Amino acid sequence: MSYFDNFLIMRSEVSLLTVILFLLLFDIIAGKKGKKYFQPVAILLFALHTLTNLVPEAAGEAFGGMYQYHPVMTIIKTVLNVATLIIFLQSKHVFDGNEMKDQRGEYYFLTLSTLLGMYLMISSGHFLLFFIGLETASIPLATLIAFSKHCKKSAEAGVKFILLSAFSSGILLFGISYLYGTTGSLYFTEVSMQISHNPLQIMAFIFFLSGLFFKVSFVPFHLWTADVYEGAPTNVTSYLSVVSKGSAAFVLMTLLFKLFGSYLYEWQTLLFWIIIVTITVGNLFALRQQNIKRFLAFSSISQAGYIALGIISGSALGMTTVIYYIFVYIFSNLAAFGVISAIESRTGKTDIPDYKGLYQTNPKLSFVMMLAMFSLAGIAPFAGFMSKFFIFSAAAEQGFYLLVIVAVVNTIISLYYYLRVVKAMFIDPNGQPLPALSTDSWNRASLILCTAAIIFVGLLGFILDMIEKQSFGI
Amino acid sequence: MEYTLMILLLPLVSFVLLGLSGNKLSHKTSGMIGTGSLLMVALLSFYAAGEYFTTQKVDAIFQTLVPLNVPWLNMGANLHIDMGILLDPLSVMMLVVISTVSLMVHIYSLGYMKGEKGFQRYYAFLSLFTFSMLGLVLSTNIFQMYIFWELVGVSSYLLIGFYYTKPSAVAAAKKAFIVTRFADMFFLIGILVLSYYTQTFDFGTLTSGNGAVFQQAISTQFLGASALVWAMALIFIGGAGKSAMFPLHIWLPDAMEGPTPVSALIHAATMVVAGVYLVARLFPVYVLFTPQVLEGIAYVGAFTSMFAAVIAIVQTDIKRVLAFSTISQIGFMMVALGVSKFDGHEGLGYMASLFHLFTHAMFKALLFLGAGSVIHAVHSNEMENMGGLRKKMPITHLTFLTACLAIAGIPPFSGFFSKDEILSATYQYNTGLGIWMTLVAGLTAFYMFRLYYSIFWGKEKQHAHPLHESPKSMTFPLIFLAIPTLLGGFIPFGQLVTADRAPYTIHMDWLVAVISVVVALEAIFIASKLYQHPKKPATVPSGLKGFHKAASHRFYVDEVYLFVTKKILFNGISRAFAWFDRHVVDGFINGLATATDWFSIRIRGFQSGEIAWYAWVFLFGTLLITVLILFI
Repeated sequence: MSYFDNFLIMRSEVSLLTVILFLLLFDIIAGKKGKKYFQPVAILLFALHTLTNLVPEAAGEAFGGMYQYHPVMTIIKTVLNVATLIIFLQSKHVFDGNEMKDQRGEYYFLTLSTLLGMYLMISSGHFLLFFIGLETASIPLATLIAFSKHCKKSAEAGVKFILLSAFSSGILLFGISYLYGTTGSLYFTEVSMQISHNPLQIMAFIFFLSGLFFKVSFVPFHLWTADVYEGAPTNVTSYLSVVSKGSAAFVLMTLLFKLFGSYLYEWQTLLFWIIIVTITVGNLFALRQQNIKRFLAFSSISQAGYIALGIISGSALGMTTVIYYIFVYIFSNLAAFGVISAIESRTGKTDIPDYKGLYQTNPKLSFVMMLAMFSLAGIAPFAGFMSKFFIFSAAAEQGFYLLVIVAVVNTIISLYYYLRVVKAMFIDPNGQPLPALSTDSWNRASLILCTAAIIFVGLLGFILDMIEKQSFGI
Repeated sequence: MEYTLMILLLPLVSFVLLGLSGNKLSHKTSGMIGTGSLLMVALLSFYAAGEYFTTQKVDAIFQTLVPLNVPWLNMGANLHIDMGILLDPLSVMMLVVISTVSLMVHIYSLGYMKGEKGFQRYYAFLSLFTFSMLGLVLSTNIFQMYIFWELVGVSSYLLIGFYYTKPSAVAAAKKAFIVTRFADMFFLIGILVLSYYTQTFDFGTLTSGNGAVFQQAISTQFLGASALVWAMALIFIGGAGKSAMFPLHIWLPDAMEGPTPVSALIHAATMVVAGVYLVARLFPVYVLFTPQVLEGIAYVGAFTSMFAAVIAIVQTDIKRVLAFSTISQIGFMMVALGVSKFDGHEGLGYMASLFHLFTHAMFKALLFLGAGSVIHAVHSNEMENMGGLRKKMPITHLTFLTACLAIAGIPPFSGFFSKDEILSATYQYNTGLGIWMTLVAGLTAFYMFRLYYSIFWGKEKQHAHPLHESPKSMTFPLIFLAIPTLLGGFIPFGQLVTADRAPYTIHMDWLVAVISVVVALEAIFIASKLYQHPKKPATVPSGLKGFHKAASHRFYVDEVYLFVTKKILFNGISRAFAWFDRHVVDGFINGLATATDWFSIRIRGFQSGEIAWYAWVFLFGTLLITVLILFI
């Protein structure tokens, strides 16, 4: 294999890097006039990148196993791409205003850098590459969270994130060092072969997982989530809640299989308790939130618990349903965030009581929000119902009946708070609802896309089949 | 023949278009969109029928084509739900029936519904209905059929309740939906039982005549019958609901609250024969493996047809007369299927049933549209407000008369041929049943001509508006439908649609033909004596007074339903369930809510906002995991 072929295998990373470098250059070189086109160019370029990396290739590895490729990775990367693209569509109007005009260049390439980090995490076959990916995904994210320079809350959230992120990385790295110490290698394939029930390796397993659990925000590693979600600019929050979380969940799943396959019993038991606690605690906190971003933060914690239901089943079906769940979750959550972002950027309101009577003035936005809430709650026939149904059946198939019952009971509880938002918009009387808002066409396109996906993805059976076909044999 | 997909998609596109942007379009444009798409559907259907019947014959047997079949949902190892298109003589014939009648109704409605509020909505619903009905007959498997079956029910509900400000229309829509939905529940259970034992939904597998598929279903016994018998009987109940068989017929007369063209399309020609279509589609299963269910179908059909014909005699609302007549005629089709066998000439009943379905669709749609034209002119449904219309409305009069002669079974009108085949089939089966059905045919001729004379003959009544013939958009469909009504009998139906797919030549049974024509003529004669020039209102012989009263109350079937539901179900059983629901089920949920609330207040302090605390909890979590791993 020639040196060049190595790059060919990691073509998705190369293409993304090209986009990033081009945007960086554009931002530096372009004059005032040219910068007007910066956002459309960035979005279109990224869309092009998404399109060119749509078709899965044959599995392979590069650089002596540092980088590993499997067709299913194309699917998960595409899912992340689509999510990022929707977020870009939703954030264009934020940077059209005067306040953050100068920062738009940074926003795009920082976001894409974190995405590149996630790509590397997903495809790594070596701890070093994995760790580099992890940090590339986290550090620019902290900058993004602290993006609103004049907002104190944003700065606070950034600090919280970077400190806790460093803390978790430290623990994770500590775990990796134990693994290196006991096996003498950092390659996943070699490490996994030498994993036994050696106490040091068990500790490494625990530390390593703690670090990852932090990323997916399982309870009790979730405390940062709410504060950060609330403080960060809304489009960054949506990025955190879908892309960051989705990639972390996928990585967690693959690494549990690849590295700790021999600890199957241990991690299943562990996840069993974590799922119960995560879903329940996420729900309990979500019940009382008044701020809609904080509310979605807790909702996303409990959604992570549902994703873990697919991971715990440890089967090919589970794997498929996890990807499917993330796919559906992206559209539901981003539909909600698109509406929130549209409202926040015009009026600055982010509290649920502010949404009272929204239907009178903004029927379309209310309708999209309602669909998003229905889908997140898992009401048939929307996509969210299908994804929940599949993930429950994957877990039930492996005999985790108790877990499924707990999850179903929690779904009932979650109905209450999701419908609370719907009730506020449609039923609660309000003499002075928010004024009628106009969204820009980019954001509108994203909302239409999400709405269509919420309605139709559940009905298109071939999507699940396609994922299933590709995820075979990982 | 992949282009048949277009037949299915065009009405859907039209529905989406009209449904989403309806109120922005003018009446004219939306009517044109609906009618235009239907015109294309009809042309495509005719073309498809022509191509199918001329080219798809191998060794003198029509082949089943599946131009499209996409797996949609996988359920377990073998079972999967597909979405596809099935073409065989049965479905192709239905395509022609549905698209023709639907097109005529679309055109007719341009005039009939002119200026109505919600004109666009009306056309959107018509498109939805046409889409669902076409999907129903093109389904490749029973589950797909069930989905479209429900869609048909929904669109029927929407159209019956079109005048939603009228309480009676709303009640009728609800009644139709609930009664058919009740029957569909049995249908669904039947599908589930059938698929559980056979591991397939696919019509191709089910109707191949291969006994191995049903091995398990036959060997499993439940309450004295095999699982297959149960499944097929339950499936028939679903069909009986849609086709308004006794005792599930109560919704159809009330459904006449909808606009008249809708009655012509849904409640005369297409949706109500879905049950007949269902039995015909699964006919090989019925006839080869569960003949006892088929026999039951024959008797249900025979009873219903007589029952409805008797009621039709005493109705005074012209649409209700036609509604009961529809029930009675569907009874004929069911009887014919019930008495049929599978092979060759023994399969006469099957052919006759579908032949009658075809001709009935044409002449009954014509009757309804004609009745609509009359109602449009006199602004009333009641016979007493009509009379002497034959001079004022010549086209309506002549076409209506054609249809009356057809349904009465007078040669050479189409109804004569199809009804005659049905009677021959019943005589072959059982002479008693044959005589019974001949009597029903006589009653049919009588009540139809009672209707005809009351509308078009006799004295003219006073009207607020001057009477006139309906506009061209309404008379054109009448004339168009009169053609198949007149000539449809000469279609060599035996060459096209038969139970075993092999064509055969129809032989007239002259004895049966002569008897039925004589009976029909006699009935028409009596009707003309009584109603052509009524000097005084026709009186009921005193001995029959009680019977007459019972018949005008439709034999109190509705009252029985009300008693069972209101008095027994709601009062007795529902109350107990309501108590359980309120105290046990709600109690549990409320308890859950209280506990959740209590808990969420208690743990609020966790989210303090301090980084040090967060880090501490993180570490504590790691420690907890360690402990957990150590102890498992």
